Amino acid sequence: MPEISIKAETLFYIGTFAVKNSMVLSSLVFIFFVFLGISYYKESKKDEKSGLYYTLNLVLRSLYELFGSIVHDKIDVFFPLLSAFFLWILLQNWSGLLPGVGSIMLKVPANVVHGTILKEGAHELNTENLEKEKVQTSHEEIKSIPLLRGNNADLNATLALAIISVAMIQVYGIQFLGFKTYISKFFNFKDPIYFVLGILEIVSEISKVVSFAFRLFGNIFAGEVLLTIVAFLVPVLASFPFIILEVFVGFVQALVFSMLTSVFLSLSVSHH
Amino acid sequence: MDAESIKLIAIAFTIGIGAIAPAVSIGSIASKAVEALGRNPEAESSIRTAMILGLAFAEAIAIYALVVALILKFT
Repeated sequence: MPEISIKAETLFYIGTFAVKNSMVLSSLVFIFFVFLGISYYKESKKDEKSGLYYTLNLVLRSLYELFGSIVHDKIDVFFPLLSAFFLWILLQNWSGLLPGVGSIMLKVPANVVHGTILKEGAHELNTENLEKEKVQTSHEEIKSIPLLRGNNADLNATLALAIISVAMIQVYGIQFLGFKTYISKFFNFKDPIYFVLGILEIVSEISKVVSFAFRLFGNIFAGEVLLTIVAFLVPVLASFPFIILEVFVGFVQALVFSMLTSVFLSLSVSHH
Repeated sequence: MDAESIKLIAIAFTIGIGAIAPAVSIGSIASKAVEALGRNPEAESSIRTAMILGLAFAEAIAIYALVVALILKFT
C-alpha cells in the first residue's frame, strides 16, 4: 500500500517556520495567477489583443453573468471576491492533477517530517538530553515524501478560504445594512423567540466555516486518495477515467464554493 | 476482539452507513431532474446547473463520512 498522509508533510524549516509540501505547489500556482492577471491587464491596454485576452474575457464574462443571476444589482461590488474564489480554487484543484504532483519524492529526515526537530532545539541547554538526542539522531531514518501536494488537499488552506468567505459575508452585511441592523440578527433582546433565533444564527455562521472547509478538503483529498489507490491496483490506463472525473469534480467544487458564497452574500445584504 | 480490528470495523461502518443517505438523495435529485427535463425540454441547461449543484451538496455528506473514515484509517 502506498503511504497516505492526511496532513501536509514538512519539507524543511526556515527558522521556526515549517515549509509544507502543499505550500510549494500553492506558491507556484500563486505566481502563475499573478502572471496571468498582469498579462491580462497589459493586454487590455493594447489596441490589438491576443487570444489569451479573449479567452480570459470569455471566462470572466460568463462568471459575471452567472453570479449576476444570484446577487443581481450588487454584482459590481461582489464580483472581484467571487471570481477570485472561483479561479483560485479551480487553478489549485487542477494543478493537483498535473503529472509529478505527489509522485516526485524527496528524501527528508523523519524528525523533520514529524516536526520533532523543534523540540530538539529546546533541549539544547540540557547536556544530558543533548547526548540522548545525539544517540537517537545518529541512526535516524530517512523518509521519502512527495515534493508537491495539491493545496486544497491540505485542511489549513481550505479552512483559510472558508474563514475569508464567512468573514467577508459579515463585513458586507455590516457595510450594506449598518452595524446595528446587521448585529440585531444575532443579538436581539426584544423578544425571547428572536433571542433563540439569534443563537441559532450564530451556530449556523460557525457551521458554514466547517462545511465550506470540509466539503472542499474532502472532495479534493478523496480524489487524491482515489487516484493513488487506483494507480496502485492497476498500474496502466485504469486511472485515466478517474482523472477526467477529478477534473470535473475540481470544477464543480470551485463552482459550488463560489456559488454558495454568493448565495450567502445575497442573503446577508438583503433586508428582512 | 483487539483494538485494531474494532477500528477496521468502525471504518467500514462509518463509510457504509454514511453513504446511505447521500445515495438515496442523489437518486431522488437525478430522478426529479429527469422528470423536469421530460416536462420542459427547453430548460435543459438551467436544470442541469441546478441538478449538479444539488448533487454536489448531497455528495458532500458522503464526503464528510469519507473524511472521517480516512482520518480513522491513516492516523
